[in-house]
Formats: sequence, C-alpha cells, structure tokens
Amino acid sequence: MKDLQRLNNPYCDDKVLCSCAIFGMMDSTGKVFSGEPVFRAMINMQERGNGLGAGFALYGIYPEHQDYYALHIMFTNRDCRHDTERFLETAFQVERSEEVPTRKTAGISGEPLVYRYFVRPKPQGTNFVNDDDFVVQSSLKINSELDGAFVVSSGKNMGVFKGVGYPEQIAEYFRLDDYKAYIWTAHSRFPTNSQAWWGGAHPFCMLDWSVVHNGELSSYGANRAFLETIGYKCTLFTDTEVMSYAVDLIMRRQKLPPEIFAKIVAPPLWEEIDRMSEDEKELHTALRSVYGGLLMNGPFSVVIANNNQMIALTDRIRLRPLTAATRGNFLYFSSEEASIRLVSPELDNVWTPMGGMPVVGKIGSLPKPDDSRKRNTSAARPMAEVAR
Amino acid sequence: MSSIITNSKVEIDAAGLPYRELNQQIRSAVSIGAKHITLRNVAGQRYIGTNLYEAADRKALDELEIEILGTPGNDLGMFLDGPSITVYGNVMDGTGNTMNAGRIVVHGRAGDITGFSARGGEIFIRDDAGYRTGIHMKEFGSMRPIVVIGGTTQDFLGEYMAGGLIIILGLTLKPGELHYFSHVGTGMHGGAILVRGGLADYQLGNGVGVVNLEEKDRDSLLKYVELYGTYFGVDVAQVNVDQFVKLAPLSKRPYKQLYAY
Repeated sequence: MKDLQRLNNPYCDDKVLCSCAIFGMMDSTGKVFSGEPVFRAMINMQERGNGLGAGFALYGIYPEHQDYYALHIMFTNRDCRHDTERFLETAFQVERSEEVPTRKTAGISGEPLVYRYFVRPKPQGTNFVNDDDFVVQSSLKINSELDGAFVVSSGKNMGVFKGVGYPEQIAEYFRLDDYKAYIWTAHSRFPTNSQAWWGGAHPFCMLDWSVVHNGELSSYGANRAFLETIGYKCTLFTDTEVMSYAVDLIMRRQKLPPEIFAKIVAPPLWEEIDRMSEDEKELHTALRSVYGGLLMNGPFSVVIANNNQMIALTDRIRLRPLTAATRGNFLYFSSEEASIRLVSPELDNVWTPMGGMPVVGKIGSLPKPDDSRKRNTSAARPMAEVAR
Repeated sequence: MSSIITNSKVEIDAAGLPYRELNQQIRSAVSIGAKHITLRNVAGQRYIGTNLYEAADRKALDELEIEILGTPGNDLGMFLDGPSITVYGNVMDGTGNTMNAGRIVVHGRAGDITGFSARGGEIFIRDDAGYRTGIHMKEFGSMRPIVVIGGTTQDFLGEYMAGGLIIILGLTLKPGELHYFSHVGTGMHGGAILVRGGLADYQLGNGVGVVNLEEKDRDSLLKYVELYGTYFGVDVAQVNVDQFVKLAPLSKRPYKQLYAY
C-alpha cells in the first residue's frame, strides 16, 4: 500500500479526492475506429481514479467470429483453467481458443491469465433453453463453482478488457491499440466500499450487455435479494454486479426498452407519479409494484452498451456527473465535458441529462437532447401558473 | 515556464498540463506582477483561480483578470477572492465553490452545483446550468453572492440556500415552456431566487413560497440584467422587471421539527 500512496498522492495531501471516471464513444453508422481518443479522454480524467481498476468494452472487434460467443475468461491459477476448459468442451463447440494478447506494462502486476474462447452451445437434450440463456447460465456456473475462474464477457463480436491499473496501463497491457470498435466504453476506478481486484474492475458484462458505473448502489442488499430469487448469483464482491444483472433481466430477457429500464431502476418520485395522466400513473405504479426490489438507491451514473446501442443514465436525483454530446455520427458520454471537448473540440450538441432520464443512442440514430435534458412535462398538469 | 509576459499580460498554454502545474504557473505569474492572464487549451484542469492570496496583495488580486479558452475543470474559482475570470466555453461542476469575492463570467453553459456555498462575488452563466445551482449559498453583512443564469437550470435550484441572490432569466426557454427545474429551494432558509419564465407551483420545494418583489429586488434586477447584457453582448430589452417572480423561504429553520430534541 505504501507504493500506491506514493503513486496516487505525490503531494502528500491529507485526503485524496477522487471518484470514478466513465466514458463512452459510439459511431452510430457502425463503422469501427481506433480507441486513441478514448484513451486520451480517460488520461484526461486521471484524478477521478486511483489506479485500482480500469477497463474497456469494445464492440465490433471479432467480425471473423461474429456467429460465436466470445468468452473472455480470467484465471487466477492454472488448475482452474483446466477445469473450465473441461467444462467448456462438454457444453460447447469450441471453435477457437487462445490467450488474449498482452504486453509487459510498467505498473501492472499480479495479472491473471486471460483467455478467449469462441464457442457455440452444443445441441441440448430435454432441458432446452435458448443459446443466450445457456451462455448466461454457464457463465454464472463458472463464476460461482469453478474457483479462480471468472467470465469477463460473453457476447458476440465484442469483448471486455479490464484489470487493476490506470486505464492507459490496462489499454497498453491488453494491446488495445491493435483493435478497432464501433462502440468503446471505458472506466477508471476509485474503489470505495468493495475491494480492488481484476474481476471487480469495470465493465461488467453479461452476453453483449456491458455496464460501467460511477458511484455506489446503497440498495445493493435489496437488489441482490430480489435478483437471487430469480436465479442470479452475486459472486464478484462489487455493487455494480446487481446493475449488470438488472440489465440482463429487464432489457435482454424481458426485452423491455431502455426507457422502461430507467423507470424501474431510477423511478420518478411518488409526487411526480401523482401528477401524471391516468395511463402513465398506472404504468409507473405497476413497475414499482413488480420491480420494487430493483429500485437502485444511492448515487450513480452508468454507461450501458450492447451490440446495437449505448445508453447513459444517472440516479433519479443525479448525484453523480454525466455529460452527453454529439458530433456528426458520433455520440459521447463522459463524467466530464472537458474530456469530450479534448477529443472533439467542436460539438453539435452537449447537454446534462436529467436524473433518471436515459440517453439512448442506437446504431442508426443519435439521441435528441430534449428527450433527456428536461422532464416530460406534457403529461403533468400544472396546478397553477404562478408566473405573471 | 511556457508563458510570455508583455506589459503585465501573461499567456499560458495549458495543453497537457496537470492542474497543479497550471495553478502553480498562474501563481508565479501573479507574484511577478501579471494583471491579465490568458489560459489557452484548458481541458479539465481543476481549481483555476484558487489559492492566489499569497501571490499578491488585495488590490492587485481585485484587479487581476483571468481569461480561459477551453473547458476548465471542476471547482473553477474555488475560494476565489477578488479576481475576475472570463471563460470562453462551458464550465463543469462546482464553479465558484465557496468563492468570497470576484466575478466569474461564462460564455456558455454550466454543469452542476454552480455557486456551491458561495459567500460573496458574482457568477454569470450565459446559457443553462445543471443541478443544484446555488446550493448552500450564504450571506453576512455586506457579503452577498449573486448568481445570474441566462437560461434555465435543472432540479434542486437553491437547495439549502442560506443567503445571496439567484436570478434566472429564462432566455433559452421556448414560448410557453416551463423551466426545467423542480424541488426549487428544498431546505432553503435565506436569500432569494428571482425567476422569469414559465413556472408551476409543483416545481417549488416544500417551505418555499412566492412573495412580492421589494424595491431592492427591482434594483438588483435592473443592475444585473444590464450587466448580463453587457458581458455577453445580448439585447436584454425583452427582459422586464415585472416578468419576475420572487421565491423566498417561508421559514428560517425549515427542519426544526426534524432535528429538534
């Protein structure tokens, strides 16, 4: 810890003021681009992290294997790799397996082995589940039952690269300069109340859905209890894990849109619901009844992505920063506007989304600022106009 | 040092400089007599304008002008005590945090908690501002911070406000559009917010009411609206004192029931 103190606090302040940094960049035409601007943006937010975790989610990096699930798996020892590979061979057709390329990087130590496997579930017997669910169940099984093995990402044509270090160190270590992607999300970590380790770095990923998160989910216990009743297993010692499973449950399995997801995890206050039209009131009341256990309390801002979209959201009273911007075909999300301006000095739109209002960019369509920078007051009935 | 000095004018290229080095360069420039400092290529460096009190005397600090090109980082002008800062661009969170005296003029928009805990001085934002503008501003004696926002802000405007004045001009709103904020003045127990533009009473927090403008409020509006027009070269003829409502706390101790024992 002494080295860390020297590294993070060369001026020996009483207190180091930090918080996580998140960043996302998407080309809405689906064209891949180098991560160089993403690395620069993250370096510019260095004081938001402390070198105890960083990571990137890259979309569009395995076009030659786009029909296979790309499993990125982290191993803390060799035995667990053999156990995992034995399990994979029984359940999957493994098209290709290889170590994820890395290079020796100053400041990176204690690195686990990271392998990637391009797989397809084998035809199953009587207990039929669809391929996506099978991959999720297999990932949860590896994470909870195979000691020392962790599935880092499991989507098609995408991958997560993460570990303990600053973002630029993790990028260098995993040779991310060799990749091109059409969506990049990035995280720099300042762990507050959960431990720093390679598997606990962000992004968190289920299939192709990834989450980077700044803040803390003080409702973790309640959210975890809700998720465990429907079969999710929390194994990663980090609050963000519940956000990742909520994304999987609501947006992937139940196929609800991001706008509904936002109303579940960051719902409007009851007094706002009281002012809504009858239809809206019914919807919000139903969501809060059914998904009450997924209301996420505490300060958070998140960037969520999958192969088709990139979404940003903050908690309902916006206790963590987030700026959204567009330029040409590009969509940017960042903890700090300065990092966006650094890589794109000219912007078409730049705005602060309202707490609880998602900013949704899809391949083929960029978000409009007015959809998220003010609340939809059309359904609200002003009780009295007080302005003269 | 990457600065050029001519006739007490200094330019600093901030590209790639960590915030500590940039602020050290500003302090050095002030200590050798700089009166006008231009910072170019600013990209997220924090605390610009902070901690200049040992670099020059009070008079010199009151006359100091800092011009920023780019996007300054969080806590711009934190503890500012005299200088004037002009930003050609947007600012991020915590602008004017606990500022004491001086002026910050932003030719753009602001992030969250603008004027956080300010004790004095003036902040002018040309466009909109984010959440919790003016949170916990305070005043004492002749010290009275002023925050002027050209457009609208987001929720919790004037949260826990204990003093000072916030003026919201509503110039970015479309005709008939309501302001973007709700929960205005939650926990407010001093000072006042003067608002022009669409407002419904559900947007006000508990314990905040609409009261009549006093003569001193009209004087403040005349003064600061004109200054806004001058700083930003905006025609403010459309802005009329009679278009404003005044929001003020209904109690000096809104949470006495909650915290009494």
